Amino acid sequence: MQSKALKPEEYFIEDEPYYQSIGDEIAIFEAAYNQSLPVLLKGPTGCGKTRFMEHMAWRLKRPLITVSCHDDLTASDLVGRFLISGGETVWVDGPLARSVRNGAICYLDEIVEARKDTTVVIHPLADDRRVLPMEKVGEIIEATAEFCLAISYNPGYQSVMKDLKQSTRQRFVALEFDYPDAALESEIIVKETGIDAATANLLVKFAHMTRDLKGSGLDEGASTRLLVHAAKLIHEGISPVVACETAISQAITDDADMMVAMHELSSSLF
Amino acid sequence: MPRPALTFEEIIERLDVYFDVEFTFIKSEQAAELIVQQTRTTQDFILDLSKRIAATNEELSFQFTLNAIRALDAMDRHMVEAWAMTATDNYDRKGLTPAMTVIRDLDNYVHNAHINACGAILEEEISVLLPFLQGLSGRKLKIAESEDNTAYTDTETIYLPAITALLEESKDNFLIYKASVAFLWAQIQFGTFRLPFEEILECDDPDSQLKKVTTLETIRLEACIKRELPGLYRDMQMLKKKTGDDQEHSYPDNWQHITERLSADDAGIEDTLNFMASIDEEAYVAPCCYHGTLKLDQVTVVMSKRIEKEKAYFRIALSELAKESLKKNSDETDIEPEVDASTIFNIKTKDEQQQINSGTIELELEGELMPIPDHVKELITSIIVDFGEIPPEHLHAAGPGEYDLKKYEDEMPNPDDVWQGTYHVEGAELYNEWNFKRQHYHKNWCVLRELEIEPEYDDFVDRALDKHKGLLKSLRHTFEILRGEDKLLKKQVHGDDVDIDALVEAYADVKSGMEMTDRLFTKMHKEERNVAVIFMVDMSGSTKGWINEAERESLILLCEVIQILGDRFAIYGFSGMTRTRCELFKIKAFDEEYDDEIKGRISNIQPKDYTRMGVFIRHMTRLFNEIEASTKLLITISDGKPDDYDTYRGEYGVEDTRQALYEAHRDGIHPYCITIDEEAREYLPHMYGAANYSVIDDVAQLPRKVSDIYRRLTT
Repeated sequence: MQSKALKPEEYFIEDEPYYQSIGDEIAIFEAAYNQSLPVLLKGPTGCGKTRFMEHMAWRLKRPLITVSCHDDLTASDLVGRFLISGGETVWVDGPLARSVRNGAICYLDEIVEARKDTTVVIHPLADDRRVLPMEKVGEIIEATAEFCLAISYNPGYQSVMKDLKQSTRQRFVALEFDYPDAALESEIIVKETGIDAATANLLVKFAHMTRDLKGSGLDEGASTRLLVHAAKLIHEGISPVVACETAISQAITDDADMMVAMHELSSSLF
Repeated sequence: MPRPALTFEEIIERLDVYFDVEFTFIKSEQAAELIVQQTRTTQDFILDLSKRIAATNEELSFQFTLNAIRALDAMDRHMVEAWAMTATDNYDRKGLTPAMTVIRDLDNYVHNAHINACGAILEEEISVLLPFLQGLSGRKLKIAESEDNTAYTDTETIYLPAITALLEESKDNFLIYKASVAFLWAQIQFGTFRLPFEEILECDDPDSQLKKVTTLETIRLEACIKRELPGLYRDMQMLKKKTGDDQEHSYPDNWQHITERLSADDAGIEDTLNFMASIDEEAYVAPCCYHGTLKLDQVTVVMSKRIEKEKAYFRIALSELAKESLKKNSDETDIEPEVDASTIFNIKTKDEQQQINSGTIELELEGELMPIPDHVKELITSIIVDFGEIPPEHLHAAGPGEYDLKKYEDEMPNPDDVWQGTYHVEGAELYNEWNFKRQHYHKNWCVLRELEIEPEYDDFVDRALDKHKGLLKSLRHTFEILRGEDKLLKKQVHGDDVDIDALVEAYADVKSGMEMTDRLFTKMHKEERNVAVIFMVDMSGSTKGWINEAERESLILLCEVIQILGDRFAIYGFSGMTRTRCELFKIKAFDEEYDDEIKGRISNIQPKDYTRMGVFIRHMTRLFNEIEASTKLLITISDGKPDDYDTYRGEYGVEDTRQALYEAHRDGIHPYCITIDEEAREYLPHMYGAANYSVIDDVAQLPRKVSDIYRRLTT
């Protein structure tokens, strides 16, 4: 089967992405969207921020353009740049400009990873002006009511270098995400993967053990995403201890002793 | 062709030197007779070790030589060497007699070596056991070695025997450790210590009562573990089979209702208490390999201390919360609101079904839910583990001055006071030292203490800055240029903008029929410096006078210019006398700003005693390992060879320093030495390597050179 190639602004999510709401984040996002306010999603990695965005894009019936930010991401990567084509320079829109033009939801994932000068270009879009200046072509694009800007950020990194500037963060409606409580998290795992509830409960228990180790040997505990990975492996017939090791322990640490300790924890559970 | 074996005379000749027979009057003949019968390789092996041990003590070496053949029959060479080194380590720590005991008691060592080979050693396993324990929920517990070889807990620390060698395989012995940790954790977590032991044991036969409680609690706790950690429970059953404990562990038939009740999900200590009366003496079940013992006296001491302490901390935290809430609700933000014991919090549980823990508990004050800070959550967890709930008397906020927190703080000795005490190792850090003759470390040999320098606010800094006005100006200029700035990179494959020059060129290329390059963009590249540097300044007595002054001036200039670069830097002075008094003077730590106080400290750097270097380099390595930086630089400013009052001079000092530098290098640190010792060219290349030092001939040049060298090293 050949996979389809679509332009990001033409890609609408058709099937409802599974998302289990923890609080009133869906209502708040909708309200912010209706009032043309940009949204900031805070929370540890793998707790469902990106899935939430997919779900909202489906709900609001808008295309979702996601940019995963990295430390080499420049302003032109977002806005656009001149490229050479047949000996001429041609302007090509970046993902941010595309979203503004087409009224899409633009989601800048892990915004703190981007270079500091990059975050500044979203400022005019994120306040009541809602415009994107494109200095290089001498244009200003006005955002339509459908356009929505969302950024995500993980406050857990706690690095001075990777903190969001006040001037940026104070433009956003902030939604805080965290790992769901035990019962809900195990329900999510069951729904996502189809494993039995008992195994899901044990996986959640294991996740809590690793989260307790945060700060005493681990930088971050196991995320819901990793639990889903492990559960999928278990569903395929891999033994739970091996699944925890490959999908969780190996993913969160390289420290040999820590890995053994986590193996001891998982083998105590399963 | 194998080399010929040494003759009796040749061996005597060597041993006489090692044993220093002229002074010690040791008779080498007996030892030589044993050695002469061996092959050349064995002879060499024994003689080499004799020589190394003799560097520590001649008598010890002699005893070793007498026993060496017997040792080689019993163990492989690797173990024999370890045996010899255990003896020298013992000599370092306890003296000659215990060291001799190690050598003479060879059989015991061989026996232990066997245990060590298959047994699990706590020291090695603790790096796994501790995170395992902390991953189990509840109070943050510690693990320590028990002194009497039993496993027990005092409710804050789990004590385990140093070695477990009950089973044949080390894997199983580790499992015994793991099971002990989990079982003792279960005792704490599931409320064994909430039992009213005083009441229970107040009778004619407390021993039998204690056995009863232990038996019943074991049933209950094993059921808890079966529920919480089913995988481990299976392992525990397997252990019992292997140790033969499973036969002894079968309960009488008429106990069925007891085991059923105690294994139920909602079983608690009340059930244990209820059954106390109904079981008889014969039915006691001996504890199995991982059950450990109950040490109630220790538990009582630790528990009562903790309960009092945590109550104080919790109530103070409540009073803080109440104050915050009052402040928030009142308009006058300047006035500190008063809170006393009449402010009472309520506890609400989010979900009645779930077990209470810090995650399901909510604090309520006058109908308003209070956010619980993380450190308070930990307190709540610990309190619930002790009481099974939060007792009502804990919920009164502390009144002003009700508690004196100093009482609960762990007493840390003031480093300055420690010298006056009899036991000078207290409150200090211990470091190994390399003995090149022994080819082995002296363990925990040097006692290092970090001391403060009182700032002296005189005019030294101003004078120094004024004196080097011109130099400073040019240094500033050079360092400005160095500062990481945006660089426009041309002809890039990807970039922010079109490189017009490249484009024109490419266009011309296309027209002339050549292939067009794809390097057509310009890109801003930001060079970020990620340098951390520690300056280690010699404060030995020999720097007295103008060397000290030059050192201080250099530091002032350096600080001024490093500020421009924004590099992280720290400055420490070092000096000391003998291994028991290595003093490190903190002038500037990494996280301190360069301000007037630091200037004052630099101004007050004074010559002290001797230069023992290895220990300080090892300490700096540890400091470096705590921070992240892509370049780590350790610059020593010194005026001579490592030299101390005791044996730390000549080759010994140089070799230890070299070893310490090697350790630093292994951890990704670049050591560099700046010295004014003209003879340094003889020993520095050996210590630091050919390119990692500078000798400055003229002290007056030190300030200029130090900054210069720093610039060169970091670009």
